[in-house]
Amino acid sequence: MGETLTIRLTVNGKAYDRPVEPRLLLSDFLRHDLHLTGTHVGCEHGVCGACTVLLDGEAVRSCLVFAVQADGAEISTVEGLATPSDGSGIPHPEDADLHPIQAAFRESHGLQCGFCTPGILMTLVPFLEENPDPDEEQIREALSGHLCRCTGYQNIVTAVRLAADRMAT
Amino acid sequence: MSHDTTFAAPPAEAPARPRQVGESPLRNEDRRLLTGEALFVDDVHLDGMLHAAFVRSDYAHGNVKSVDLTAALEHPGVVAAYAAHDLGDYWEAGPLLVPPPPIDDLEFHAATQVPLAKGKVRHVGEPIAVVVARSPYEAEDGAALVEVDIEPLDVVSDLKGGLEPDSPRIHDQLESNLAAHVIQRKGSWEEVRERAHRVIKRRFWYDHGASAPMENRGIVANWDARSRELTVWDTTQAPIPIRNGLAAMLGLPQSEVRVIAPFIGGGFGPKIMMFYPEEVLLPWISMRLGQPVKWIEDRQESFFATTQERGQDHESELAVDAEGRILGVRDEFLCDTGAYNPYGLTIPINTQCTLLGPYRVPNYHSEFRMVFTNKPICTPVRGAGRQHGVFVMERLLDRAADELGIDRVEIRRRNYLTPEEFPHDHEIIYQDFKPLVYDSGNYAEAMDRAVEMIDYAGFESGAGAAARSEGRHVGLGIVSYVEGTGVGPYEGARVGIEPGGRINLVTGVGTQGQGHFTSFAQIVAEQLGVQASDVEVVTGDTARFGWGTGTFASRGAVVAGNACHAAALEVRKKVLTMASSVLGAAEEDLDLAEGVVRVVGSGESISLGELAALANPLRGAVTPGTEPGLEATAYFGPERGVTASGVHAMILEVDPDTALVRILRYVVVHDCGRVINPMIVEGQIHGGVAHGIGNAFYEELVFDEGAQLLNASFMDYLLPTATDVPTIETDHVETPSPLNPLGVKGVGEAGAIPVGALFAQALENALDVDGFEVREIPLSPNRLFELMRDAREEG
Ligand code: FES
Ligand code: FES
Repeated sequence: MGETLTIRLTVNGKAYDRPVEPRLLLSDFLRHDLHLTGTHVGCEHGVCGACTVLLDGEAVRSCLVFAVQADGAEISTVEGLATPSDGSGIPHPEDADLHPIQAAFRESHGLQCGFCTPGILMTLVPFLEENPDPDEEQIREALSGHLCRCTGYQNIVTAVRLAADRMAT
Repeated sequence: MSHDTTFAAPPAEAPARPRQVGESPLRNEDRRLLTGEALFVDDVHLDGMLHAAFVRSDYAHGNVKSVDLTAALEHPGVVAAYAAHDLGDYWEAGPLLVPPPPIDDLEFHAATQVPLAKGKVRHVGEPIAVVVARSPYEAEDGAALVEVDIEPLDVVSDLKGGLEPDSPRIHDQLESNLAAHVIQRKGSWEEVRERAHRVIKRRFWYDHGASAPMENRGIVANWDARSRELTVWDTTQAPIPIRNGLAAMLGLPQSEVRVIAPFIGGGFGPKIMMFYPEEVLLPWISMRLGQPVKWIEDRQESFFATTQERGQDHESELAVDAEGRILGVRDEFLCDTGAYNPYGLTIPINTQCTLLGPYRVPNYHSEFRMVFTNKPICTPVRGAGRQHGVFVMERLLDRAADELGIDRVEIRRRNYLTPEEFPHDHEIIYQDFKPLVYDSGNYAEAMDRAVEMIDYAGFESGAGAAARSEGRHVGLGIVSYVEGTGVGPYEGARVGIEPGGRINLVTGVGTQGQGHFTSFAQIVAEQLGVQASDVEVVTGDTARFGWGTGTFASRGAVVAGNACHAAALEVRKKVLTMASSVLGAAEEDLDLAEGVVRVVGSGESISLGELAALANPLRGAVTPGTEPGLEATAYFGPERGVTASGVHAMILEVDPDTALVRILRYVVVHDCGRVINPMIVEGQIHGGVAHGIGNAFYEELVFDEGAQLLNASFMDYLLPTATDVPTIETDHVETPSPLNPLGVKGVGEAGAIPVGALFAQALENALDVDGFEVREIPLSPNRLFELMRDAREEG
C-alpha cells in the first residue's frame, strides 16, 4: 500500500477510523475494507447506479467518490435499511423488519438477480421522502439513473408506488 | 383427492392438497438480496487473498514479439506475473464446447481460445499476461508495467472480406477464415420457386450485441493444500462442467474440486461460456502460490473479455402462392464467430431453425457460412441467434402481405401450423442434435388474443388513421415467433426431509435471477403438501450436487424443474409408504397437507419431521434391505427440446423530425406450456422485452475497420433505462408440453426474440412512406433518420 490517510466516518450508525490510500474508491472501501458487500459495483464509471449509497442523506455513486472524500461523513448502505421489526403494516409478517421499500420490492417482484437492487433502494429512500406521492413518470425519472438488465423496470415502478402508499398510511 | 364427506371436518382443518405450481408465492431468495446478505463472487473475502489483473491486447491482430514482466515484478505489492511460456504444459487451447450436430456434408473448422496469447493475438482484449498482487489496485499498477511488443497484422473485420482468397488469415493452421459451412434442406426450393405466384427477395442485416449483465464476471480460487480442496467461486452458469474440466486440467480428482456459483448478477448467455482464460488461470495460480486469488472483471474489460453476439448478413427469398401461403423459403447468411469458435454452431443453427417460426414451410433451403474475424468471441446471448431468424421470416411475410394486398395478421394466420399438426417435423436438425420437431402449440389462439388486446381492428379502422390525420405518426406492429427451449442433456435434483421437518432441495444448475429458489421449491412443495417457503433450496454448489450441465437455452424450469418434480414424487411415495405402516392405514386413505400426513376421517396423523426421524432407524430397528431417510435423487433428460411461442404487438409513435420513438403500448401473449409461477414468468418476459428493445433501438457494438470496439462503456453502449421501456401487458396461452411431466416450456429468452421484427413493422406502419423499409437492426434515432431521408429522397 502507498501513502495512507486516516479517515473517520460513520456507516449505518457505526463509527469507523481507518487508514486508506487516497486513490481508494468509496465503493471499494465499503465493500472490501469494511466488508459491507451489499453495495454493488457494476460499471465504476458512474452510469449503472448499482453502487449508490447515502452520503449525509444524499444519494451518491460510491464509485465516483474517493473514500478520503467521505472523511467525517455519515454513510448509509443497504445493510442499514432493515430495522428490527417496526411492524409497519406489511402483510407478510416475516418481512416486518424490512424497510417498506424493501418489502414492496419483494411483494411486487421488483428484483430478479438482485444485483442492481441495493443501489436502487438507496436512491428511492430520499426520493420517497421528497416525493411521498409520485406518479409513474416521476418514478421512472427517478429510476432512470439506474440500469437493471433483468426486470424491464415495470415491477420496480409498481414496487415504488406500493411503497409510497404504505409509507403514507 | 377423494375425501370421505361423512366425517369431513370443516375445510380449514382438512384442506385439500394445496396447489403450489401455478401460484405466485413471494420469492424465497429475495430477503437475502434485499438486505445485502446475498453472496456474489466479488463478496468473497479470504485471509491472505491476492488479486489478479490481466494485460490484454490493444491490437486486433498481431504477432507477439515479446512480453517483459520485469518491471511489473519489481513493483511493490506485486507477488507474481505470468505470460504464456510460464504456463508450461498447462497452456492448452480450450475445449470445443459444442461439437457440430450431425448434418450431412457439414464443414466445420474448430479453433478455440487459449489461456494467454502465445505467438499471436487475434482480438482486442485477448489476455497476454496476468499480474498477481496484494491488492487489486497494485495488480492494476503491475499490469500497466508489463511491456508487450506486438507487430500489428492486417485485420479481418468484415464477413464478406474475411472469405476473400486474399484476406489475412487468423488461424494459420486453417486454410481460410471459414469456420463452418452448413446447408440444411427440406423439399425442393428450386422447384417451388419456379411455380410460385410471387417470390419476395431481400437482403437483411441483424446485429445483436452484449449481454451486459449488471454483474461482471469474476473468479475466486482457493487451493487448500492441507484439506486438499480447490474451491472456486465463479460467476458461471455451469458450475458442474467447470468442476469437471478444472479437475481434468489440474490433474485433481473431481472430489477435490468444488465449484460454487453463488448468487449471480444476471447471466444472459455468456456466463455459460467455458473455459474463459481467467477460469483456467486463477485456480492454477492459487495452487502455485498456495494462496487464494481473486479476479473481478471491470466493465470496460467485459466488452472485450466476455463473449458477445454479433451480426448476420442474410440474403433471403420467400415463395408464396396467390393467397399468401408459404411455398418455400431460401435463406443464405454469413455470421461472425469472432476470433475463436468454442461454442460451435449453436447460434447459426438457432437462426436456421427459428426462422421457420410457427409456420408451415414445405420447402426450405438454408445455408450459412460462419467466419472468423478479429473481434471478441461470439457465443449465445439471450435469444442466441433466434431473433435473427425471426426478423428474416417476419420481414418477408410483411413484404408478401404488402405485395399481395393481404392483411398482415391474416397472412400469418393462413400459414400457422394448427394444433392438429403437432408433433410437427420440420425435417432439419436443431442445436440439440435432434430433428426439429415441435411438440405442441396454439399459434392462432395467441394471435387472436394479441389482436384483441391491442385492439388491432380498432387501430386499423380508425384510431391509427385518426392519429395520422392529426399529423401524428403512430404505427402498430404485430409479429409471431417460436422459441426452442429446454434442451437436454439432463439435470438432477435431490429432495430430502430432515428430522426437524425441514425440506431440502439441491440441484446442480446455478441461478442468475430466474427465481429458481422459489419455482423449484413450489414444484417440491406441491408434492409434499407444504408451502414453497418451507423448502430450502441450494443450487450451483458442486459439493452439494455433482451431476448436471447448466443454465442455458431457457432450460432451467424445463429440465431441472422436472428433475425436482421426479425427486419430490419419489419422496412423497416414501412418505406415504412409511406413514401407512406407522399409522396402520391404507395409502389411499392418507392425506398429506401442511407438512402432516393425516388419515382421512380419523384423527390420526404424523408430521413429516416425525416420519423423517423414524426413517433414520436406531440400532435394532433396521429392516434389512431398506434405505434410511426420506430422500430421493432423480434426473430428467428430455427426449428433445420443447417449443414455446408467442405473439408480440406494439403501438409506437415516431417524431419524423427527430426520429425519436415512443412506445405507447406493448402486448405479449406467450405460451410457455404450464406456468409454474406466473409472477416469475411475467418478470422474465418484461426483462426479455427490455433487452429486445435495447437490441432493436439502442444497443450496438460499434467496431472500426481495425476491429477496435469504439463504445466499450455504459456511457457509449446504451442500455435501455426506465424511461425507455414501456409497461408491458401480458397474457398466456397454455398448451402443456407432452414431452415432460410438468408440461412446461422455457421462457427465459422469449421476451427478447421478436422485438426487432416488431419494431420494424410498427415503424413502417407509422411512417407510411413509400419505399421506407426496415431491413436492419439495430436502429437508432440517427439510423432511422437516415432511412427516412433516403426513402423520401427516392420517393
Ligand atoms: S458502479 Fe457506480 S455507477 Fe456503476
Ligand atoms: S434485478 Fe438483475 S439487474 Fe436488476
